[in-house]
Amino acid sequence: MKTWKEVNPGAVVTEPGSARKFKTGSWRANKPKWIEENCIHCLLCWVYCPDMSIKVKDGKREAFDYDFCKGCGLCALECPGKKGQKAIVMEQEDK
Amino acid sequence: MAKKVASTGNEAVANAMRIANPDVCGAYPITPATEIMQRFTSFVSNGKAKTEMVLAESEHSAMSACIGAAAAGGRVATATASQGLALMWEMLFIASGLRLPIVMGVANRALAAPLNIHGDHSDGMGARDCGWIHLYSENAQEAFDNMLMAFRIAEHMDIRLPVMVGLDGFITSHSIETMEYLDDETAAKFVGEYKAMKPLLDIKNPVSYGPLILTDMYMEYRKAHDEVMKKVPGVVLEIAAEYEKLTGRKYGLFETYRLEDAEIAVVVMSSAAGTTKDVVDAYRDKGVKVGLLKPRLFRPCPYEQLGAALKHCKAVAVMDRADCFGGSYGPLFQDIASALYTQPTKPVMINKIYGLGGRDYMPDQAEKTIDELIQIAKDGKVKSVKEYIGVRE
Repeated sequence: MKTWKEVNPGAVVTEPGSARKFKTGSWRANKPKWIEENCIHCLLCWVYCPDMSIKVKDGKREAFDYDFCKGCGLCALECPGKKGQKAIVMEQEDK
Repeated sequence: MAKKVASTGNEAVANAMRIANPDVCGAYPITPATEIMQRFTSFVSNGKAKTEMVLAESEHSAMSACIGAAAAGGRVATATASQGLALMWEMLFIASGLRLPIVMGVANRALAAPLNIHGDHSDGMGARDCGWIHLYSENAQEAFDNMLMAFRIAEHMDIRLPVMVGLDGFITSHSIETMEYLDDETAAKFVGEYKAMKPLLDIKNPVSYGPLILTDMYMEYRKAHDEVMKKVPGVVLEIAAEYEKLTGRKYGLFETYRLEDAEIAVVVMSSAAGTTKDVVDAYRDKGVKVGLLKPRLFRPCPYEQLGAALKHCKAVAVMDRADCFGGSYGPLFQDIASALYTQPTKPVMINKIYGLGGRDYMPDQAEKTIDELIQIAKDGKVKSVKEYIGVRE
């Protein structure tokens, strides 16, 4: 940890992309769970996620990035699922 | 050779801003500082300053615009007073915490309620602890000089803090006085070119301003701010010495007037110091050893130097043009008392609250105060430490 003599004046952040080091996933109380068989890969979760915590590769949804997911539940709310079955559900963090 | 001209305090501040030629000025008008921006925007309209004017919808937004522009990498200046300064309060801490060298003229005015537009230090005192550097001016000349020096202090690479320059609302802001402008070329050379520090617009070196700093680091940033404040008096004196070479006008952290051999003294800030100096002269002619101390650098407060300058006195009256509604003494009294606390000898102190809401401060008020100090120096008896003067009982 830096001492007061080492901090940047005005707390200016000089390292681009350093927010990646601040893992906000620890703030989470509720955790989204991905149920792959119900997923139609519509990517609405990716659109709505405020924290870029939905990983996508080649147009297909992948696992959650729990390092940054704060558990807001927007993805679960927006998920249309398949035949009435949600592909994302919220669970308590400790489960 | 500079020629003597007639100028209001506001005009003096606006001219200092014109000479400094800020890149951006976010502003919202308020009495009695309106004339500063009125004159300055005329300079901009007439091409005398190349400043981007941002006319905001409130002072909170005006200061926010100043903060954004300063973070982007521009020289920034503005002006306000009273309710405007109060509305900026939240953003004042952000300007200083981000270490942005914004310069602001403040035509000191009372705070509502009751609503009042006149000269009073309540606004400046309310912004006392917001991390800005405060300079106070006795007259239009000092307002001009302090504004020019404020750019140098704020933008000094060891400091990088915002500076507010106070001048008494109406008494100084609107009165026409004799003063000397420094010629534009010399003044502009003195202020110098702006050097940005980690600007947002330097896209080759990307930076972010205003991150969340929690329990693990917040204290380190606060300590760093406090440490920078400690460097301010030295820089203020260094720049004042350079300015004296150009103008012959000498500035310190505070002004002492016939204080060296004084037995009693009056501490008074801004325009009322002028009136008090005349009264001090009259008492000196009668053989009374009275002196005066006029604070200039109010924040950071040069406690050690103030204490050393006053410790030899037997009795000191501190005049406050604002009150602290904490059941305690006026803000300046509290500082002077703190300054003397660490000194081996200290005078008996009294506090006079005067001139609130632009109430005239007359020579007889200074006379009565000095008479009381003479009595206290003799018998040490204080009838009341704090007293409102010039008020109907």
